[in-house]
Amino acid sequence: MRITVENVEKRYIDSNKQEVTALKNINCTIAEQEFVVLVGPSGCGKSTLLNIVGGLLSPSSGSVYFEGVQGKEPRLSIVFQEIALFPWRTVYENVIFGLEERGASKKEQQEKGRHYIEMVGLSGFESAYPKQLSGGMKQRAGIARALAVEPDLLLMDEPFSALDAQTRTIMQEELLSIWDRTKLSTLYVTHNIQEAVYLADRVIVMSRRPGEIKSIIPINLPKIGRDREEHRLEFERYVDQIWQLIRNDAQAALKEGE
Amino acid sequence: MERAVHNQADQQPRQNIVNRLDFLDKKTPIYTPILGILGILIIWETLSQLEVVSALYLPAPSTILAMGWGMFTTGEIHTNLLASLIRLAAGFAIGASLGIVIGLILGFFRWLDAMFIPVVYSLFPIPKIALLPLFIMWLGVGETPKVTLIAIGVFFPILINTYTGVKNIDPSLIKAAVTFGAKPFNIIRKVILPGALPMVFAGLKVAASISLLLLVAAEMIAALNGVGAMILRYGNLMMTTNLMVGVLILSLLGLLFNRLLEWAERKLLPWK
Repeated sequence: MRITVENVEKRYIDSNKQEVTALKNINCTIAEQEFVVLVGPSGCGKSTLLNIVGGLLSPSSGSVYFEGVQGKEPRLSIVFQEIALFPWRTVYENVIFGLEERGASKKEQQEKGRHYIEMVGLSGFESAYPKQLSGGMKQRAGIARALAVEPDLLLMDEPFSALDAQTRTIMQEELLSIWDRTKLSTLYVTHNIQEAVYLADRVIVMSRRPGEIKSIIPINLPKIGRDREEHRLEFERYVDQIWQLIRNDAQAALKEGE
Repeated sequence: MERAVHNQADQQPRQNIVNRLDFLDKKTPIYTPILGILGILIIWETLSQLEVVSALYLPAPSTILAMGWGMFTTGEIHTNLLASLIRLAAGFAIGASLGIVIGLILGFFRWLDAMFIPVVYSLFPIPKIALLPLFIMWLGVGETPKVTLIAIGVFFPILINTYTGVKNIDPSLIKAAVTFGAKPFNIIRKVILPGALPMVFAGLKVAASISLLLLVAAEMIAALNGVGAMILRYGNLMMTTNLMVGVLILSLLGLLFNRLLEWAERKLLPWK
């Protein structure tokens, strides 16, 4: 099953009654088992695009669709930047939320709940409430919740941007090892170029005002172990290539104070 | 040379740096909360025993307690307290459940919100006790007008708190619920209701004191029994000690009500 974004455009009216084009002429696909990272400066509309793909926002024109659905309803799940765990549910109850809503049996909920809690390394915290967890552990629960529904497309909206640098590095490594086990089609949004090169099969670089696809860069490095010494030069070359593409836009974003 | 400099520095007058925020961490012993109450009671008792204040105006705490025991054994307290409690419980239960349900609905459905919130805000400021004569006219002189009055009185603050609670729910939680396939009814049940619950409890606590106020006022205006009616009757007879027993009962009732709500809050909101 693959996901196609076709001619998507998003316009809205801002507070000064001006029409703003947030996204223009967006065309891309996410193949089965592919990890695609959207990277761009702030205000380039990357989160808007993710929300459109996630069915939480309608495009002004164009469409997003799954191809090759074999009679079953394709499933989506999202890992949010705001984490968005339900504070009144324990870790376990949060993780099985999607299964509950899908009407899965109690037995299935228990099996999958336990399986994915273990996968993100939260065993022993099943009955903790979110407020008792650190930022990194909260996001692990958020990831487990998204994995538990076994989605056809996993969307991740800057999932680690609220974490400190050390936790973030660890979470990136863990995400890769989880991805390696589940091989989920993933669309990941970030403004962090290193993160993009570290995680992606392909990086989609976006420009701002209007948000357009500037370039699509396949990362030809082994999926696991890109931080090893032998890949250092090539890794840096990708990072620099992307940085040169968005540098001017990032500076413009800074001046506008967004 | 270096040594000499060091020695010289040693002889400089020095000033240790101390924690100036120490006072924030000062602990008080566990018995301090009762010291205040106890102190006031002792002063009150002494002034009464020395007859500085006349027993007609302010009887001694010990006299009030003794009288309270007497009224308890004759069963006078039972009948009045029971009558009051039934009115309070019925009125509060009806008003609170309607307030919560309607608050949730108005908070969730845009159309109803836009249509009815102006109505709520225009009825809310009416002092509810002013409606008692109207309710008596409509509903007769029995229990119904008093229960209705209390229900209406608690309905508005609970509705407004619930509504505000719904409006303040983190939109990302609703986004998450929708993403994971929740339908409108489950969004209300699993996100809106628990999300608004802390505000609902704030409303219940405000409503608790309003309900006591309305209970006593209604009983003083139009009742033969109940703690309010009892207080008014003894006031007319200038039987201050009996009157004070009534006041004491109301104070205990208020305290108990509050504790009950706090207990329920801890039970229902373990995640706070």
